[in-house]
Amino acid sequence: MNALDKSAAAKAQASAARPPASGGPVIEVENLTRKFNGFTAVDEVSFKVGRKEIFGFLGPNGAGKTTTISMLCTLLKPTSGRAILNGFDVSSQQDAVRQSIGIVFQDPTLDDQLTAWENLQVHAMLYNVPASERRPRASRVLEMVGLVDRAGDRVETYSGGMKRRLEIARGLMHYPHVLFLDEPTLGLDPQTRSAIWEHVHELRAEYDITVFLTTHYMDEAENCDRIAIIDTGKIVALDTPGTLKHGVGGDIITLRSADASATATELKEKFDLTATIQPAPADTSGPAGDRIYLEVPSGRTVLPQILKSTTTQILSVTVREPTLDDVFLSLTGKQIRDESVDKMDAMKTRVRRRRSQRGMGH
Amino acid sequence: MKRFRATYIIWLRDLKRHFRDRARIFGSLATPIIFIFILGQGLGSSISGGIPAAGGNLDYKTFMFPGILGMTVLFAGVFSAVSIVWDREFGFLKEMLVAPVPSWSIALGKVISGATIASFQGCLMLILAPFAGVSLSPLMIVELLPTLFLVSFSMTGMGVLVATRLKSMQGFQMIMNFIMMPMFFLSGAMFPLANAPTWMDILSKLDPLTYGVDALRSIMLTDVPSRYSFTTDIALIVLISAVMLTVAISAFSRQS
Repeated sequence: MNALDKSAAAKAQASAARPPASGGPVIEVENLTRKFNGFTAVDEVSFKVGRKEIFGFLGPNGAGKTTTISMLCTLLKPTSGRAILNGFDVSSQQDAVRQSIGIVFQDPTLDDQLTAWENLQVHAMLYNVPASERRPRASRVLEMVGLVDRAGDRVETYSGGMKRRLEIARGLMHYPHVLFLDEPTLGLDPQTRSAIWEHVHELRAEYDITVFLTTHYMDEAENCDRIAIIDTGKIVALDTPGTLKHGVGGDIITLRSADASATATELKEKFDLTATIQPAPADTSGPAGDRIYLEVPSGRTVLPQILKSTTTQILSVTVREPTLDDVFLSLTGKQIRDESVDKMDAMKTRVRRRRSQRGMGH
Repeated sequence: MKRFRATYIIWLRDLKRHFRDRARIFGSLATPIIFIFILGQGLGSSISGGIPAAGGNLDYKTFMFPGILGMTVLFAGVFSAVSIVWDREFGFLKEMLVAPVPSWSIALGKVISGATIASFQGCLMLILAPFAGVSLSPLMIVELLPTLFLVSFSMTGMGVLVATRLKSMQGFQMIMNFIMMPMFFLSGAMFPLANAPTWMDILSKLDPLTYGVDALRSIMLTDVPSRYSFTTDIALIVLISAVMLTVAISAFSRQS
């Protein structure tokens, strides 16, 4: 570590207790790129995140979300480009950046042989929290995530949701300026998921911090102030969830038809509507037939006309307001497939559980 | 001193974990006890006359005791260092690596905590000394403690080096078979190396544990001729520790 970084780290530490200065962005990223053996995981990404913002990175698995977070957290060196976090360069002022951020990874990083309290104390010491501050801060963050009663229990006795809450609490111990949450609700039940979101909103209000999170759950991304939609390493859109949805243009009509391409041609000819065809799911669990997505200004008025004048057989129809799913679909032509991802997560969790059981044997 | 903060925290955390696990503390004594009282007793009764020593021949169990002490320290040290692999698998390693602390201070913490734990396990073994026919004077104990720590330190340093190369615990069996067992048997822990064939003599000289066992034996069994002088042993162990520590720290920093 060079002298510059050392003094910067000290500065970051000194300013940790103070509320962040208003104004300028807390994260500034310019043309950030990361390549792995010729494969470009993150490709010339640029964006800014303001103070106290909840900023979401939305995209399917493998889109480059975790790689971007890893670079912002100084765990990975960028191949090219620049990222400034809380005024510190992630490439040259590592310790100052690390002192300014809290991170909750996808996989738990707790010591499960220690108690929750001990985990917090170890973290506080690693992050230069003054000795007199360690106890009050631990009590406060535990209270926030509702784990005061279990503070003295070993983490191995915790459920997945409790572990995640504890990790969020731990990430706050050193009063970071930015809290990174990498898929904070992955593999959690809906109830715990919404509890986690409550915490996220609460902590922004209470701690004045910026929350940077990644998710592939569309419904969750709606909790963010702004969203960057990322696909194959590039940001394809960046705006508020409302504006993004508005950009889709009105309502979404989903048709199931016996001959999707014929219907699509017909729609183009008669109504000048561009349809996106989504093939039927391979696993035959849903109803048969390809799906046709249409974006129309007003579904209620257009739909009767479509039904009246199409000659191909329409099997079913739904109309709804756009979701971020539709935004993603219209921007990338792909759908974020939650089901398949969930299956993979379930498998990952199982493998991990098996591993940890083996681990206990020693 | 501030740079060593992480070293202290990791040391504290590992010790907390170790002393919380009573089963491990006493369980890891099972192997040495079996070696001394079953293998030692059994072999001892079939070696006629025992091991040659200055003041008459020595009971095999007694001869073996310092060697088993070396084994305890080797196993406890390496096993403790390999907790890095567990930490990696369970994620806690990441928590340490993203903290604003230099990675060398983490590796150093691992080596010191492993060395502390291994020395502690070695000290526990000393309780068994009278039953193996080793009588310890207070002076011996004063000499033994730092020696035990030094040997532990070199063994844990090697363990940390191994752990940085080990991707998962599945590979540990290989380490056990191809590094730890040969090290143990070639160190002179189980038999005097005086009459060993040349190839074994060469290998034993390359074995870092040889000097540890030799040093421990020359403290405890003054009658048995030692291979090297105590000073040579200690000098070599210090040298080995320094090399192991340097290589382990640089390997650990590189992998993170």
